[in-house]
Amino acid sequence: MATPLKNAKGLGSAKHGLGHWITQRVTALALLPLTIWFVSIVAIMKDSSYENAYNMVSNPFNATFLILIIISMFWHLQLGLQVVIEDYISNKTKRMSLIIIMKFIMTAVGLLSALSVIRIAL
Amino acid sequence: MSDAHKISKDGSKPRPLSPHLQIYKWQLTSIMSIGHRASGVALSFGSLLIVMWLVALATGPEYFSLVHNLISHWFGQFVLFGFSVVLFYHMLNGVRHLSWDLGYGFDLSTVYKTGYSVIIMAVILTTITWLTVWFY
Repeated sequence: MATPLKNAKGLGSAKHGLGHWITQRVTALALLPLTIWFVSIVAIMKDSSYENAYNMVSNPFNATFLILIIISMFWHLQLGLQVVIEDYISNKTKRMSLIIIMKFIMTAVGLLSALSVIRIAL
Repeated sequence: MSDAHKISKDGSKPRPLSPHLQIYKWQLTSIMSIGHRASGVALSFGSLLIVMWLVALATGPEYFSLVHNLISHWFGQFVLFGFSVVLFYHMLNGVRHLSWDLGYGFDLSTVYKTGYSVIIMAVILTTITWLTVWFY
């Protein structure tokens, strides 16, 4: 029998839809303090020279939070963009292709950012 | 979504659709809702700018100075300013969404109060941030 809890757990035809919904909220929660931190650290940066920026990023605490915000942000934005694409593109082929391309690009860009931080920090 | 513009192969007129965006009254709720989506999409593309900065920093002083000059240019500052406005709006409205997910604040007067609060707070946070950038 298809009870509501069973469907919510992903055993119904929607399968993993609930997972997306939860992950979107969890990444959003993570992004709240991370964003405040990131905006603050950029706003108070008085010296915008290469050396100062480099030193700031190579600080292990800053590097850690930068990587955390990169992961959270790129995950959150992928789920968001996916929903937008699903809403506005009716053609099955175009919709699926665009979602896949978007995820590929955003994953690559996210990895590029994280790698840059790690390279600076190590 | 709208097939009204397609002329069918036998040349017959497309079926008419009733107007919606042209006639339905714009309200704070609908504006903020599409604003949340639009800001999310804008931020997704804007994030690429942050990436650009990080990659330039990791690559070396020459690329970094190029990116730095782009940011320092008035247009770069304009884009950055716009990005911050959009970021604060999306973040604050996001909190509003999270409170709805928990079941709070659905009555219409609260929806309007929280809606206006989000807009006002976004303006305040943007102001504080940029005053800090320019005068700290």
